[in-house]
Amino acid sequence: MIKLGKADSVFEVIGPIMIGPSSSHTAAAVRIGQITRNLMENPVKRAVVKFHGSFASTGRGHGTDKAIAAGLLGFDPADERIRDALDLADKQGMDIVFENVDLGDDYHPNTARLEVLDTLGNSIVVTASSLGGGTISVVEINGLKIELSGEYDTLITIHKDKPGIVAKATAIIADYDVNISSMKVTRMRRGGQAIMAVEMDHALPNEAIEKLNIIADTVRVIPPIY
Amino acid sequence: MNYSTLKELIELAENHDKKIFDIVQMVEAEQDFLSLEEVWDKMETSWRVMSHSIQKGLKNANPSVSGLSGGDAKKLSMSKPIYLSRELSEAVAMALGVAEINACMGKIVACPTAGSCGIVPAALTFAKKKHGYSEKEIISSLFTAAGIGIVCSINASISGAEGGCQAECGVAAAMASGALVELAGGSPSMVGDAVAICLTNQMGLVCDPVAGLVEIPCIQRNAGSLMQGILAAEQALAGVKSMIPVDEVIKAMREVGEALPESLKETGEGGLASTPTGREMAKRLF
Repeated sequence: MIKLGKADSVFEVIGPIMIGPSSSHTAAAVRIGQITRNLMENPVKRAVVKFHGSFASTGRGHGTDKAIAAGLLGFDPADERIRDALDLADKQGMDIVFENVDLGDDYHPNTARLEVLDTLGNSIVVTASSLGGGTISVVEINGLKIELSGEYDTLITIHKDKPGIVAKATAIIADYDVNISSMKVTRMRRGGQAIMAVEMDHALPNEAIEKLNIIADTVRVIPPIY
Repeated sequence: MNYSTLKELIELAENHDKKIFDIVQMVEAEQDFLSLEEVWDKMETSWRVMSHSIQKGLKNANPSVSGLSGGDAKKLSMSKPIYLSRELSEAVAMALGVAEINACMGKIVACPTAGSCGIVPAALTFAKKKHGYSEKEIISSLFTAAGIGIVCSINASISGAEGGCQAECGVAAAMASGALVELAGGSPSMVGDAVAICLTNQMGLVCDPVAGLVEIPCIQRNAGSLMQGILAAEQALAGVKSMIPVDEVIKAMREVGEALPESLKETGEGGLASTPTGREMAKRLF
């Protein structure tokens, strides 16, 4: 288990409370599933899960497949149903396929790409890495580069790249007195599809989300998963 | 108030006429903007999960997800000890059991990591049974253990990938030894000696998991490290001192960890992992 960096809390040394056997290959994998589920508006119907690097080579022995399924079902890393998650997913009619892939050297050795379809036919492709000690980072959504830790209330918009979108969105957030802790905006190409992820210290009220829906094609607001 | 070395932690305790656990709890509350009670309650929750994992571990006969491990704790707890006392033998079974629970996807508290999760709970449950310590005393001693873990993470590492198994099971044993010293009424400086002695005996321990899984040798190393923790506590409580100051031992552990080749730092490519049998197991699984 990798626990890089310096602990500055007793609960980083005694904790987390988790389902074994590995914080990087089990607990983090649950979180990758969880955040993917939260990015979808509806329950997951079908998922193709692609394991890269050490997720591919030792993932099954660490229960990484069960952990991802558990996350897609909405369980957290301390949920004792993780062990039975594949059966539970099956019973709910959730179809999950696992594959090993080589995404190349640009990706962290513990990375999974999830191609997911929800019950209403909406799809999303989420690529996320396990960074050690159970922490994760979403590095791509639908092929767009992003950085998402899952530690905060987060706003994600997918919109057409044009001037003013970022200013409008941050103005709406400011109107509701919510503080932004970090922000990332990227695009496919000039004028193409763009993505914005805003990590905030508080949740956005529904009224703010309605306003954001007017300026972007897709707006998702997800809660912290820690 | 803050600390980043054992020396600072020991001096803070001595100067305030407190135990190390008091200082660790106070610093935590201060830094997290929580009350002492809130910090206590979180630690109590961890202790509940630890106790539960001990109970389950002793009874569990299930194999791990990979099928490489399982059932050893039960074997030991069912047999009559030949060399160890009944209590010590049971303690070893507890350490194995919690590590086995981890390997078969049960609930544990990483302490400091999932791979080394059996050592501290087994040491404290052993002490509680042997001397009748209260829950309150045990939860207090978890703060002692945590303070030691924080210092090791700042000045060395608590990651097998960074520092080898000495950073995981080694540090867990050191955390357990300090907690045992304070539980038995030992002074803050005795805690320092226990940590120094314990890490001295664990120095150089490599991280060489067969097939990259947290099973072989991790589960056995929980048992061995538990004994090292008890051994160090016993000596420190008798007044044995480490000739090398504890913070220098921790620095030395960091240097040893850095000097270890990558093959012995959780890559599953050296040590037991690269034995013919270890390679065969890996081949069969993946």
